[in-house]
Amino acid sequence: MSTPDYRLSQLETLEAESIHVIREVAAELERPVLLFSGGKDSIVMLELARKAFAPARIPFPVMHVDTGLNFPDVLQFRDRRVRELGVHLIVASVPEAIAQGLVKEEPNGSRNRIQTPVLLDAVEKHGFTALFGGARRDEDKARAKERVFSFRDEFGQWDPKNQRPELWDLYNGRIHLGESIRVFPLSNWTELDIWQYIAREKIAIPPLYFAQERSVVERQGMLYEVNEFITPREGEQIRRETVRYRTVGDANLTAAVLSHATTVEEVIAEIAVTRMTERGATRGDDKVSDAAMEDRKKEGYF
Amino acid sequence: MPPVEDAVDLTSAAAAEAAEIATARKDILRIATAGSVDDGKSTLIGRLLYDSKAVFEDQYEAVERASAGGDYVNLALLTDGLRAEREQGITIDVAYRYFATPRRTFILADTPGHVQYTRNMVTGASTADLAIVLVDARKGMLEQSRRHAFLASLLRVPHIVVAVNKMDLVDWSEEIYEGIRDEFTAFAAKLNIPDLTVIPISALHGDNVVTRSANSPWYDGSSLLHHIEHVHVASDRNLVDSRFPVQYVIRPQSDAHHDYRGYAGSVASGVLRPGDEVQVLPSGLTSTIAAIDGPRGPLEEAFAPMSVTVRLADDLDVSRGDLICRPMNAPRVEQDLDAMICWMTDEPLRPRQRIAIKHTTRTVRAVVKELQYRLDINTLHRHQDADELGLNDIGRVRLRTTQPLFVDDYARNRVTGRFILIDEATNVTVGAGMLTPAHG
Repeated sequence: MSTPDYRLSQLETLEAESIHVIREVAAELERPVLLFSGGKDSIVMLELARKAFAPARIPFPVMHVDTGLNFPDVLQFRDRRVRELGVHLIVASVPEAIAQGLVKEEPNGSRNRIQTPVLLDAVEKHGFTALFGGARRDEDKARAKERVFSFRDEFGQWDPKNQRPELWDLYNGRIHLGESIRVFPLSNWTELDIWQYIAREKIAIPPLYFAQERSVVERQGMLYEVNEFITPREGEQIRRETVRYRTVGDANLTAAVLSHATTVEEVIAEIAVTRMTERGATRGDDKVSDAAMEDRKKEGYF
Repeated sequence: MPPVEDAVDLTSAAAAEAAEIATARKDILRIATAGSVDDGKSTLIGRLLYDSKAVFEDQYEAVERASAGGDYVNLALLTDGLRAEREQGITIDVAYRYFATPRRTFILADTPGHVQYTRNMVTGASTADLAIVLVDARKGMLEQSRRHAFLASLLRVPHIVVAVNKMDLVDWSEEIYEGIRDEFTAFAAKLNIPDLTVIPISALHGDNVVTRSANSPWYDGSSLLHHIEHVHVASDRNLVDSRFPVQYVIRPQSDAHHDYRGYAGSVASGVLRPGDEVQVLPSGLTSTIAAIDGPRGPLEEAFAPMSVTVRLADDLDVSRGDLICRPMNAPRVEQDLDAMICWMTDEPLRPRQRIAIKHTTRTVRAVVKELQYRLDINTLHRHQDADELGLNDIGRVRLRTTQPLFVDDYARNRVTGRFILIDEATNVTVGAGMLTPAHG
């Protein structure tokens, strides 16, 4: 794996950086937890955590904020992966929080915002001090600004104008009681890096990420699969298209893209020439405003 | 309503070529840019991203909408990511951008240029292999250009590019370019800049950014993109002094790995190989490297910045904060540290102040023994009568730590020569330090 001039490839460099970050958190923060949804980024993050501590087990639990709107495929994958690794899974449930009156369903049906109080409640209940998230800086311009160790106050809020300086790889994980650190080991990975790593390391991912023929409706220029979460509205025609998912969010808001890619290599070829961003092509929830992500993060969103 | 994007034709030549470029083995170059919107910094980054096709259609359309009414699509709008930045038209904090060419991938830290955000610029430049300093051809070298070059040299960014921008507004005058080049070269001679390159560009029109421009026949150097694709960085790292700060001890305590005891960490410098005789600090005990485990199993050798797990032949007491090195080439074991400090908080640094210091994987307490001088980062004048360092000030201090640290000079080793300072009351990172040779 070494080269005569002792240079690492881009994937090896990113992998080394992520493993360093994950180990640093385990060494310095008392109660870390890794957010694992069964989506491709959190799958890669969990794989990096496995490598960071091998042959020992991952020394912290994983948590999923279950909005109740997840693709069943992805939940199955989540449970299988957790069993294989022998890690403890904590599920923070949005439907339960709605039933208990902790949060209220929003009129548009999106549970994107209301998952934040559910996350913060679980963090408080379990006393977590560090939360690993699989967010990448190339996803969104507010994320492009965030530190690898992102300090959050006792309300989980991000203060973008007053971030801690972050020098070299010397991360500052010091906090007071009630505060926490969001940690982003994949900060410097791009969508293409994630896919190349999945190919290189032969990492299993849910079948949703590969093209297959599905019944879809077109809504605001995007294709949504008709399933238990999406029912055709008046005037919408159901048609059959060969599509895959580029991101996996809530099933009622995540669109699929037209695709012929049935292998990881073909997905990479498609992504290499696509002219749309991942979120722009697939997420209804990010279109609200130019600063939608910044505003959600200030409230404690990942 | 936007149309649904067509599926990619995987059999097309374009798809095959893109896939080949995407999967080629490349290395990463980390770049920092400094400047403000006025210098054309954001325009330059927008240009690099756009011309290397790292800007997607939905991003471009958003920028097109936002710059409606102007003569050009305002590529600067691609970069400033926070609401406050867009409102004020300035960069406040670092933003990271990613682009790739067939030869390399680039991580670009887009940092603010204003003096009040120096700490954020230092954050972005700390990891850079190369810094781009922008100079407006009409204005020549300003205080700000000097400050940026100085900070890059203080952080020992090995390669500096001065991009003389807005050459179109001075009619591509060779004299103006040469004047700035000579002035900058003279200034750089006073700093520690091993590799300086000066390139005349127009970020707005793209001259000399991606390809050589016909507007500057007198310029025989490379375009900016060609330069950053080819700049030689292999010799920038220290491959001589083996330093391995122990980050985490791995003990599976399982039946399958009953006796496994590994020391996980990132190689700071040098090369480690199984069979190497090593010494562990602070105990001074010696052993031999039995094995090195990487992410995919045992390794024949490990070098920076690899994250590995080292196993020793002997059962020693080794924990986080210890350092593994070669017996004949050990770092200094020090409690008295002389360092250049960049101060990053409103509450000033003063002698006798107590503070926490994080150096590699070791965090100890320290007291500020002496403030030797405050440096005027515009004139490089040393104010020896200074009694404090304020926000964004740089100065030389002596610290006394409660426990020894295992250190090298920053000039020799960027990893074991650096540290951060943390305020123990607020927990905030308040300073960055670079160790210098002791001077009495």
